[in-house]
Amino acid sequence: MTTWVESFGLRVRLGGRDVLDDVSLQLGPGWTALVGPNGAGKSTLLRALAGLQVPTAGRVALRGQDVQRVRPAERARQMAWLAQQAEVTGELNVRETVELGRIAQLGLLGAPGAADHAAVAGAMALTECSAWQCRRLHELSGGERQRVLLARALATEAPVLLLDEPTTHLDAPHQVALARLFRRLARDVDHRRAVLTVLHDLPIALQADRLLVLDRGRLRADGAPSDPAVQAALVQVFEGAIRIETDAAGQSRVALALDDPGGPSDMRMRTPYH
Amino acid sequence: MSDAGRRTRLVGVMATVIALGLLAGLATGAGGFSPLGFWADVQGRDAGLILGQIRAPRTLGALMVGALLGLSGAIAQGLFRNPLADPFLLGSAAGSGLGVVLVLAGASIGGASISLATVAWMERVGLVAAAFFGALAGVAMTLTLARGAVHTLRLLLAGVVVGVLLGALSDLVTIASPDALRGKQAFMLGSTSFMGWDALALMGAGLVPLLVLAWRLARALDALTLGEDSAMSLGLDLARVRLALVAMLSLGTALAVSQAGLVAFVGLVAPHLVRRHAPGRHGWLLLASAGMGAALLLVADVISRALIAPQELPVGVVTAVLGGVYLFWLLKQRTAR
Repeated sequence: MTTWVESFGLRVRLGGRDVLDDVSLQLGPGWTALVGPNGAGKSTLLRALAGLQVPTAGRVALRGQDVQRVRPAERARQMAWLAQQAEVTGELNVRETVELGRIAQLGLLGAPGAADHAAVAGAMALTECSAWQCRRLHELSGGERQRVLLARALATEAPVLLLDEPTTHLDAPHQVALARLFRRLARDVDHRRAVLTVLHDLPIALQADRLLVLDRGRLRADGAPSDPAVQAALVQVFEGAIRIETDAAGQSRVALALDDPGGPSDMRMRTPYH
Repeated sequence: MSDAGRRTRLVGVMATVIALGLLAGLATGAGGFSPLGFWADVQGRDAGLILGQIRAPRTLGALMVGALLGLSGAIAQGLFRNPLADPFLLGSAAGSGLGVVLVLAGASIGGASISLATVAWMERVGLVAAAFFGALAGVAMTLTLARGAVHTLRLLLAGVVVGVLLGALSDLVTIASPDALRGKQAFMLGSTSFMGWDALALMGAGLVPLLVLAWRLARALDALTLGEDSAMSLGLDLARVRLALVAMLSLGTALAVSQAGLVAFVGLVAPHLVRRHAPGRHGWLLLASAGMGAALLLVADVISRALIAPQELPVGVVTAVLGGVYLFWLLKQRTAR
């Protein structure tokens, strides 16, 4: 596999606890879903891969170069990152927000050219937000805003997309549309991308090319969603709250184990780090 | 109405207010606002002195101080991603206050041993320099305490600490030298009455490059509307950008404060008004806030000079009342929604 981003023994210690512990992985073209329970360290892993979180130990390499040493603009041209809960103030309109994705190409002063306009229009079309491009972000619903911010990430045209819960706030049709989009971006023959998405929607995660299962800061499984070992790890980290079934066509589906006697019986607060 | 239409309308309103404010400023003298008196002054023998050396510089001075405060306020609000941020946040107000008090106390003590003329000169020139360098020193202390401009929250907290510390020091000095208290009070309330053409030249030399620099960094402030991490992921060297923005807002504030004292609310309200009536990117917001600040302070200056003529109200009192009423009205509107 071609490797674009690689982590080596990544450890991140925050607030006196190891949020990530010895995480090594390689990321290349394809759609990878990162899943795990709350507090597993998924967002921290994404931030570390994006170069936004300095690791306590280990390192992240972007095309072989330590990501912390890559110049910010160059890093942005290679990797786009979408925040889990973007703290947008909402002053800009949709188009102005998506155009921010071109900063790495334009710098602080450059005027957008035809290629930039095309990238922005293309990104807005992919996430279906062109129709309301003049509305301000604070006027949009959570789902609409999420699509705009995803368009901003796509407008960078970066080959690596690190997306933290991109399907949050979206209704079912838009969730499905995005899942198709991730698959398409990852398989685009002319412009293949590495798409790493943190997902809580396990049915969508199972559609990815590859599944990373993270729990308590450690990578528990890494492989195809159809791999029985990956599925077993998934059931285990969610403490039997889910069931994975494979149909006659070999498609894996996830179901909530509401009535299973072995599943969690009450709402417990997990304490992932001891 | 489209965004462009709103902006055009706001530019028209601001240009009209500034033009009328300039005329009203020239027509406001010791007898209050008087267009007829202005006509007589223009034709009089002392037109050069009254209009050229007193009213014109202080009116244009109010415009420039307002522009500097409006611009600095817009930078502060964009940098801290907080519509309640004002340009005095990072210790500049307390620093300049302490600088002024130290000079006043020094002049008061020195008055016993040096000539009165020297003391007067020291007070006039020294106050401007002390307010300017005091403001910069206050921000420098904040930056030192916050260990640079890497963390916004740390920067804000350090600004609060420096403000309290320098404010306490300033109070201590006034206890030791009560003569400084009156001068300090005048400084704290703000005034445009001492500005001459030299002050205008100094502020103009600062305002023009600041406007250009602000416009150059506007896209970084746009990126910051998405959050600091998102801005960094877009390729910004955030620590460097933040430092440049802090330097700019400090310089703008120091220039304004050194000439007109602590004029309240203009830096807070001007960007608010622009965002409310014609929102847009920071390239627009920064320049329009400078224009709005200029318009607001011109109007406030005329009111302060005309309301109880031949006495003058401190312009800072007028801006504080107008700004307070505006924010209260805003609050009522939001609560009603």
